[in-house]
Amino acid sequence: DVELQEIQRLEGHMDRVWGLAWNPVYPMLASCSGDKTVRVWQQNPGKKTDSWECKAILEDTHTRTVRSCAWSPCGKLLATASFDATTAIWKNVGDDFECVSSLEGHENEVKSVSWNSSGSLLATCGRDKSVWIWEVQPGNEFECASVLQGHTQDVKMVQWHPFVDVLVSVSYDNSIKIWAEDGDSDDWHCVQTLNQSSSGHSSTVWALSFNSAGDRMVTCSDDLTLKIWDTSESPTETSSDGYSPWRHLCTISGYHDRTIFSVHWSRDGVIASGAADDAIRLFVESKNDLVDGPSYKMLLKKEKAHNMDVNSVQWNPKETGVLASASDDVTIKIWKLASVS
Amino acid sequence: MVSGLINANPTVYERKERRVRSAPADADEYAVEHIDAQEIFDILCCGSRIPYVFIICFLSMTWVLKTTVHAFLSVISITISNHVRDIKDPEHPYSLEELKVVTEDAIDVDDEQSHVRVTFTPTVEHCSMATVIGLCIRVKLMRSLPSRYKVDIRLAPGSHATEAAVNKQLNDKERIAAALENPNLLDMVDDCLAPTFA
Repeated sequence: DVELQEIQRLEGHMDRVWGLAWNPVYPMLASCSGDKTVRVWQQNPGKKTDSWECKAILEDTHTRTVRSCAWSPCGKLLATASFDATTAIWKNVGDDFECVSSLEGHENEVKSVSWNSSGSLLATCGRDKSVWIWEVQPGNEFECASVLQGHTQDVKMVQWHPFVDVLVSVSYDNSIKIWAEDGDSDDWHCVQTLNQSSSGHSSTVWALSFNSAGDRMVTCSDDLTLKIWDTSESPTETSSDGYSPWRHLCTISGYHDRTIFSVHWSRDGVIASGAADDAIRLFVESKNDLVDGPSYKMLLKKEKAHNMDVNSVQWNPKETGVLASASDDVTIKIWKLASVS
Repeated sequence: MVSGLINANPTVYERKERRVRSAPADADEYAVEHIDAQEIFDILCCGSRIPYVFIICFLSMTWVLKTTVHAFLSVISITISNHVRDIKDPEHPYSLEELKVVTEDAIDVDDEQSHVRVTFTPTVEHCSMATVIGLCIRVKLMRSLPSRYKVDIRLAPGSHATEAAVNKQLNDKERIAAALENPNLLDMVDDCLAPTFA
């Protein structure tokens, strides 16, 4: 038996906390909020409890809600996407963070930002229905490489594949789109759309996450389900006969009764979901029943994880079993998945 | 100027007699606050005069103010609708109660589960104010109810031409949050929610 133990509660934001990002290299956690600020929390190694403390408040740059944040793979740059239509790039200089660049181009709210695996590309998306790909140039310059149109409603989240330069976007139009670069023309285009006719979602898709091997993806939706997708084939292998390289594997339904806002797949295969019912749920693949293909079972449900909606759940990439969650109740919580005898 | 009312002759209903609330005998300030449909209804439907801002919104249908209102609406992701009870119909000097846009029967409260669902009925099928009415209902409840409550706002089934789209928008909290950061829209909502002293 396992349980999710609350290790620490991080307080300081003045409005709902929308997003979280663990630094992949340094012991830091970034959080962003409706209070227009970003906070960087640092683990204090001197103390027994490994307590997290607020190290920096990134303010006076974004003029509206900061919806999403993401660390570059090297851990030195933090990108923050805001409803003010800009994406800011922050550099860790000594003990402080300095805004070194501001990416403008979206017509209105930017809702998500993601770095590719090498840190050479950045993707953003927003209410203007577009997905932008930015090339990282020397000297903290970012050049727009492509503006991708295709979604018919606002785009909620973008996320790069963990190894290859394939981008996934999810939207209020209920669809999931996969974008890749055409080898010959350097043009980005949509190589596949996963919608209701491909066993996809029937309402807004809020988030997605890949497993550590990159051969599966999970998406979560306002339709109260999580869906697992097989992403082991190269998505650019599409042909005119309608072959779909990425395909639906299974649907996890019957567990959530309000919108699922966040989903994250841990390195060791545990899927965490955060929803509008204030609960955090964990799922693992069920090895018992492989007759009808893979299936997933709920490992545990942490009721009242927060006092209000859970907007983000993120596993610590370095410390196994450590999860962070962010909520409308303005707090962030650090959890530890522990076995109980 | 020719009247541009979307619904020039709405049916106006009697306001319902309120049952008298008895003061709880064991009033304990630390007790969990229990909420029922009547209370939600009271929160939503109190005033009775159409606020100026709703006249503006309504007149958006006419050429006179079309550009002004378009400037308003182009910046927001939300179209427009009514509020709940302290809320007036954008078109008429009647409260939502008198127009039966919101009735007590259409408010479901599950106090134990901390869940409130308000179903509202625009006076006409193509009411362009439907989203704003719904937004005002949501903001009013957000500000009035303890934060533990989950609120769902829905159009009455079959009451509106774009029912599904309006429902989806009204229950997307990210879009609501973004809309409420728009100062013009927030002012409008605040005006609609301001108590009227008739």
